[in-house]
Amino acid sequence: MEHDADILIVGGGLNGPALGLALAQGGLRVAVIDARPAPQRAEAGFDGRAYALAIASKRLLAAIGVWGALDGKVQPILKIKASDGRPGQGPAPFFLTFDAGELEEGPMGYMVEDRHLYAAFLEAMRSAPGLELISGETVVAQDGAPQGVTVTLASGRVLRGRVLVGCDGRASGVAERAGIKRQGWGYGQTALVTAVRHERNHEGTAHQYFMPSGPLAILPLPGGHHSSIVWSEADAAAAAIQALDDAGYLEALRPRFGDFLGEISLAGARFTYPLNLTLAEAFVRPGLALVGDAAHGVHPIAGQGLNLGFRDVGALAEVLILAARRGEEIGALDVLQRYERWRRFDSTALALGMDSVNRLFSNDNPILRAGRDLGLGIVNALPGLRRGFMRQAAGLQGELPKLLAGQAI
Amino acid sequence: MTTTIDPTEVAKFEAMAAEWWDPNGKFKPLHLMNPCRLDYITMQIAAEYDRNLVAPHPFEGLRILDIGCGGGLLSEPMARLGADVVGADAAARNIPVAQVHAEQSGLKIDYRVTTAEDLAATGAQFDVVLNMEVVEHVADPLAYLTACRQLLKPGGLMICSTLNRNPKSFMMAIVGAEWVMRWLPKGTHDWAKFITPEELYDLIRRAGLDPVDKQGMVFNPVSWRWSLSDRDLSVNYVTASVKR
Repeated sequence: MEHDADILIVGGGLNGPALGLALAQGGLRVAVIDARPAPQRAEAGFDGRAYALAIASKRLLAAIGVWGALDGKVQPILKIKASDGRPGQGPAPFFLTFDAGELEEGPMGYMVEDRHLYAAFLEAMRSAPGLELISGETVVAQDGAPQGVTVTLASGRVLRGRVLVGCDGRASGVAERAGIKRQGWGYGQTALVTAVRHERNHEGTAHQYFMPSGPLAILPLPGGHHSSIVWSEADAAAAAIQALDDAGYLEALRPRFGDFLGEISLAGARFTYPLNLTLAEAFVRPGLALVGDAAHGVHPIAGQGLNLGFRDVGALAEVLILAARRGEEIGALDVLQRYERWRRFDSTALALGMDSVNRLFSNDNPILRAGRDLGLGIVNALPGLRRGFMRQAAGLQGELPKLLAGQAI
Repeated sequence: MTTTIDPTEVAKFEAMAAEWWDPNGKFKPLHLMNPCRLDYITMQIAAEYDRNLVAPHPFEGLRILDIGCGGGLLSEPMARLGADVVGADAAARNIPVAQVHAEQSGLKIDYRVTTAEDLAATGAQFDVVLNMEVVEHVADPLAYLTACRQLLKPGGLMICSTLNRNPKSFMMAIVGAEWVMRWLPKGTHDWAKFITPEELYDLIRRAGLDPVDKQGMVFNPVSWRWSLSDRDLSVNYVTASVKR
């Protein structure tokens, strides 16, 4: 069978382009199939959607040639303050503070807006040899033939490759067409996402307040006077808040946000995302692999979704590139299972870990509340333990794929 | 010469090929070790013949002989990298199995029922001879390695792997792999025929080749993976030699 590409990637969000660039750099031929028309996304204006990139993710972006285009468009996270809070009562007596000065790697992470990150990917993909970006096309059928995989696009175009990769999110069509079932847990919570403008400079500090109804994250954006908000509430409360006009929304946010940054105003579009945890029963099949949310959708506490996705990207790229260099059949199940073994434990552990953190903090029981205030205070008092948490959050622990250590494969 | 397969036998050979290539089947230990062996083989060939492994078909133009090819676990990767491959096996039952699988993989490989000595007698010569986990099974290692030398073009490369002979290799390869894990049928290996790296280097030199590199292959039971090691040649190891 003649192949149009070695790897067919379905999904042009962020993981798909990252994987495509990494594989093309490693000498494989790649097609990235994106349902959205590219120019529309590339010209997007400020809408407040942003990601907290862990250091390991930044290294991956640097290794695949995307980080340079983000120069001057990212906000280093210099400090993280986590605290237990209740609307209108101010912060609890114990704070958990993470300071970039304690990590030898420099800043603890970077905030980058979706529109800038995607534009940087687009630019890199357009000049990557061996990578074809197919925009504005959806997949209507896929087939695993003995000597490769075939996908049929809505336009009737048929693509043949050796491996099909689903980077198509938690409602992955690639997984569904392959008959891979998923397990899911709802939280009964919805994340409200927007951006605010504030009077005082955030000085690169990120805040995470653990409220009884769910966490509120305030993440610093470039320029010093904008922050991204990820605010979780029970489904009904979130729907009611989202239905308010901008003035009413701001009134609801203000007591939770506090006044430490002075006067605040809304600065971005308002989005809602229902919070749930989903896990695919398998990450691979012969000739097929799932990456990012298609494999494991996590609660967006601490913004780990994209960072986990980039870990998948680094691991799968390394497995496939090394297998191709050995002359192995890259679509063979035992090759793809190396990726699954590498990533499954890590992503399951993190998904369940964040689930329990959220359950512990989303509770107004006074005993639990006292306990976690004390817990945060103790962690804060022990620099070694705190650095461990920081390195975990920065994505610097576990067996790192080479790209996430900033090395070429 | 290619063996012609009787069409009525194809289904049987397909089933046997599926068995050979099942990573969790009868040949699981070979499948587990294969990426590590291939890492060594590809890096040595790329270094010797100045090939870039990132480019497509880096081994184009190289003639490679795989001795004891079995189901084609090494022959197929070499063909996929662009080499012109001859797979030789003394066991006649393996050849149609390897042929059926190569066809399924869309690869052209010249599989033959023959031995190194018989093939050498025909005057055939290769750029690379793969001699993996064979030398510990032959009756006369020196005669066998001499045939391997004859099969190489001047300047050609031989990759030879085997098992070291010491108490640890007895525990790992015989007690561990055959008795405890049952990865291999009892009696697969005769520990007395295992060869130390010094003995192998000596045999290779006496056969008229220059040994140029040796590395250990070490199984990590935690990561469940084999990897190459500069230091630990205590059980499995692999060598590279060049024809003077």
